[in-house]
Amino acid sequence: MSSRAHMPKKDPQKRTNTPTQPPPQRSRAALGLTAAAAEGRFMLQVCPECRAVQYPPRDACVDCLDTALQWQDITPTGQLLADTTVRTSTNLYFRERGDWRVGTVELDAGPKIVCHLAQDCSAPERVTLLARLDRSGQGVLVAQPENSKTRLADDPQLKALTSDPRHARVLVTDLRNANTPALVEHLLAAGAETVFVGESEAWRKDPQRDALAAIPGVEIMPLDVTDTNSVRQLAAEIGGKIEILINNGRFLRPARLPSGGDTVFAAQEMDVNYLGLLRLAQGFGPALASRTADGQRQALAWVNILSIFALNPVPGFDTFAASQAAARSLSLSMRATYQSSGLRVMNVYVGATEDVWHQPVHPPKQSPRALARDLVAGLQDGLEDVVSGDTARDLMERFREHPGVFEREVTFGEWGV
Amino acid sequence: MILHLNGAKQSDAPIEMETCRAMRQRQKYDGVALVAPYTEPYARYSSHTAHWWIARALRGCLQTAGLNKNALDGFCASSFSLAPDTAVGLTQHLGLCLRWLDHIPMGGASAIVALRRAARAVQAGDAEIIACVAGDTNHTDSFRKLLSGFSRFASDAAYPYGFGGPNMSFALLTDHYMKTYGATRADFGKICVAQRDNALHAPGALMTKPLTLEQYLNARMISDPIALFDCVMPCAGAEAFLVMTTDRAVKMGLPFARISGLIERHNAHTDDPIQFRGGWTMDVDELYAMAEATPEQIDLLQSYDDYPVISMMQMEDLGFCAKGEGPAFVRRHDLTIDGSFPHNTSGGQISGGQAGAAGGYLGLVEAIRQVTHTAGSTQVKGAKRAMVSGFGMINYDRGLCTGAAILEAGDI
Amino acid sequence: MSHSLLTDVTQALTTGVLRLVDLTHTLDPDFPVIILPPEFGQCARFRMEEVSAYDNRGPAWKWHNLTLNEHTGTHFDAPAHWISGRDVPNGTVDAIPVDAFVGPVVVINCSAGAATNDDFELTPDIIFDHETAHGTIPEDSWVLMRTDWSKRRGADYLNMQADGPHSPGPTPDAVRLLVEERNIRGFGTETVGTDAGQGSHYTPPYPAHFILHGAGKFGLQCLCNLDQLPPTGAVLIAAPLKIKGGTGSPLRVMALVPG
Repeated sequence: MSSRAHMPKKDPQKRTNTPTQPPPQRSRAALGLTAAAAEGRFMLQVCPECRAVQYPPRDACVDCLDTALQWQDITPTGQLLADTTVRTSTNLYFRERGDWRVGTVELDAGPKIVCHLAQDCSAPERVTLLARLDRSGQGVLVAQPENSKTRLADDPQLKALTSDPRHARVLVTDLRNANTPALVEHLLAAGAETVFVGESEAWRKDPQRDALAAIPGVEIMPLDVTDTNSVRQLAAEIGGKIEILINNGRFLRPARLPSGGDTVFAAQEMDVNYLGLLRLAQGFGPALASRTADGQRQALAWVNILSIFALNPVPGFDTFAASQAAARSLSLSMRATYQSSGLRVMNVYVGATEDVWHQPVHPPKQSPRALARDLVAGLQDGLEDVVSGDTARDLMERFREHPGVFEREVTFGEWGV
Repeated sequence: MILHLNGAKQSDAPIEMETCRAMRQRQKYDGVALVAPYTEPYARYSSHTAHWWIARALRGCLQTAGLNKNALDGFCASSFSLAPDTAVGLTQHLGLCLRWLDHIPMGGASAIVALRRAARAVQAGDAEIIACVAGDTNHTDSFRKLLSGFSRFASDAAYPYGFGGPNMSFALLTDHYMKTYGATRADFGKICVAQRDNALHAPGALMTKPLTLEQYLNARMISDPIALFDCVMPCAGAEAFLVMTTDRAVKMGLPFARISGLIERHNAHTDDPIQFRGGWTMDVDELYAMAEATPEQIDLLQSYDDYPVISMMQMEDLGFCAKGEGPAFVRRHDLTIDGSFPHNTSGGQISGGQAGAAGGYLGLVEAIRQVTHTAGSTQVKGAKRAMVSGFGMINYDRGLCTGAAILEAGDI
Repeated sequence: MSHSLLTDVTQALTTGVLRLVDLTHTLDPDFPVIILPPEFGQCARFRMEEVSAYDNRGPAWKWHNLTLNEHTGTHFDAPAHWISGRDVPNGTVDAIPVDAFVGPVVVINCSAGAATNDDFELTPDIIFDHETAHGTIPEDSWVLMRTDWSKRRGADYLNMQADGPHSPGPTPDAVRLLVEERNIRGFGTETVGTDAGQGSHYTPPYPAHFILHGAGKFGLQCLCNLDQLPPTGAVLIAAPLKIKGGTGSPLRVMALVPG
């Protein structure tokens, strides 16, 4: 046992609560707010014709009936006009959590917004709104006093909007990945209690092992995501003892489609990147999803580090991109599966990373430290979609702007090796 | 008036609407009689359906008028718990052959809107005798289910925040109203205590024990500053009345009320950051002008009282006092049946119970009784002119539907 | 005559006059495989995926899908495994005549040297010393290099260092002696390959693979229990799976020894 501070142990005679959820129903338009909140962005619909900012989300402009409303980042400041403390709710989620702070904000941009209130917020005062995801996976808005330094994770009611790793036990699945030491360091710095690190093929010692094993709070566990039994065994051992799982397993061999005459590397890419995730989901998913209301030890998040090439293949990484696309698809299915449990599935997209397999790729390349920083910040903000690094952000923006153009741009461009 | 629909830019539309408002006045509701007010006694919970409750009220209403249901040729229903049926399903279910049918999903504004439409239909000869009915059942889980499916904006932008339902929404505007106009909880308490006093005279009211101001002030908070006695009790029940020509009412020897004025308004004052007034303010002058009356000539007010702050707003917005003077107005008056400003004489929803959409009918049905002097133990002495007000549908952050009517006794 | 000989053998096995020794490691996902530079294709690890286990996927039966390389676990190398043997007639496991799968075996004990030197080399001199003590290696026999390496566990087995793996094996001259002068059937080791861990630095690189297979000889690796075999006189049974065009095969290797 390490000397690090531990959370109080759970009374083993107490039944684990069944997870409950805040109301998940939303219109299609309102899902725009959820998609923005998944990235931590405060966005509202804006009318392209008359510039009116809309809320609640609509299908037509409230001022001029234009139906081409567009989601845009909006200055998130306003005036809190009224507040209340809801002390009775017929919804189980809120009922179990007791008094709940809610207020009405008049946004500087115009709309009036009913939203969650941070504990230190009361009318009338200037506030800043945050868009976050609640435990039904839907976007919600939160008001904090303007310039507040208080973290949502410190707010007993709003903590659930985060996946803050403080006091959490985390599994990082692949000791061999170049980003593992940085992940471990940032997780521990963010207050994680224990970081379990999965080690495959202990008969083939990794140069990073000894340094990791020497860090207080790190425990190295046997785990090979290509081996169903190995995953099953570790899940049985610690599946009920982790709150966050970070899947950083990755197999990558740069390959152009015409080269090679076999599927060996492609199969290994699929085996690690896609089937590995599937095995982890089958092994650890049920335990995590059932523990999202487990007292102070609530299962929080599942993190998949994905290549931005999952969105569109980049020449030179043809088979790898295919495996990442498969992994991303599976990750989205996981998100849908766990939605009703409140377990958050966070995808962290990265471009080229500083490692041997991207050695011939031109910079900028995302360093392990920068990736770890963005990943931990994403957990602290409870995000579901994190795009880490300039390259990944650039590609994501281009992809969103026009997938068809993006595909050709990549094909004719110089993205690959 | 000419509406320039063709070729008009969208941005021109509001200007035309202003013109339209200025030019056209509502026509009078002459020749229309409201008869046979009927209340099916409420129950806290019921194993019956909305269909059952509506049937009971319709039957009671027809019996009051001495009519067979085959005499009806118009029907209007309001209910939250009738799904998957609407008024259409009720025609077959209840065996009604009609030439005029309406379904009004406007909650607390349903009765005023039903009355307006029925009155116009009778005036125009589209129907001879119209039954207006509202009823809802209340199963132990009905309220939660009703909230879950109430409106798209509520699902998107209100329920995710504490799922406090109307309590939360009204708490926010009560908080704002108190901070802006200096209303105190005791002011709201006075409204509630007076209604409880009235309810003790009303045979059907669900609340049967007296309420003191102290009890009101010490009650547990539900959603601050809304406390227990600010809230209505959801229940099962139904209300009904008939609309026909005054000639027919006279011929049948039925006591009847006349509509001397009636207004309806939806989604008013959208720029108000938080609701502190209702749509009544846009039309209240026309209401009094149509009725050829002044607020001082109103003998009693049946306000829509889902929360006391809304009743106070109606006192302001219907011209009994200026905006912000509601608290002083309440302090100045005795709101009981025998008081200086009789208000919600049957106890209102706060003490009588809120039977879903029938909550919107309660005040109107009681007002017909009052002006026809058939209110019995809740009768305001010498009541000649009643103001009835409706308010409904917190679609997101505020009530959208408002309406009001001034009723007077008909001359038999 | 032959009928009564076989009867004698089975009786001897029953009575313990003859004994079978299992020279095979268990196929286990955790058993090491050879590691090549990562840009080369790699040897698939042994994997078992449950297809059903008396459950809704198959109510009355349990079975697994296996994935593995021809050269995973205790395995047989056919001549076609190496470039030098690619044109050898009948060089794949399916084409090798079955009489090659049972034959005499000689065990050269290098365990003392390997105990003190991870890069211990089997040299011609060691072979001559062995022959001095136990007689000349008969033609067409298996020759096994005993190092007790099979008793190593975990990372010590591959013994991977920054400059590559370190484990015992034969020198090019030793392999030439066995192949060209003794005309053996095949050569076997307890390590992950028939060559030394540093075998890539010989000329030719990987001499055991290069010379053996070029001459149509076989290889066996990842053997164990060689300490239970006599220096000479035992019979080796090593029959690879009949894989069409296969360059090798995991297999059960046994030796028939005096009881």
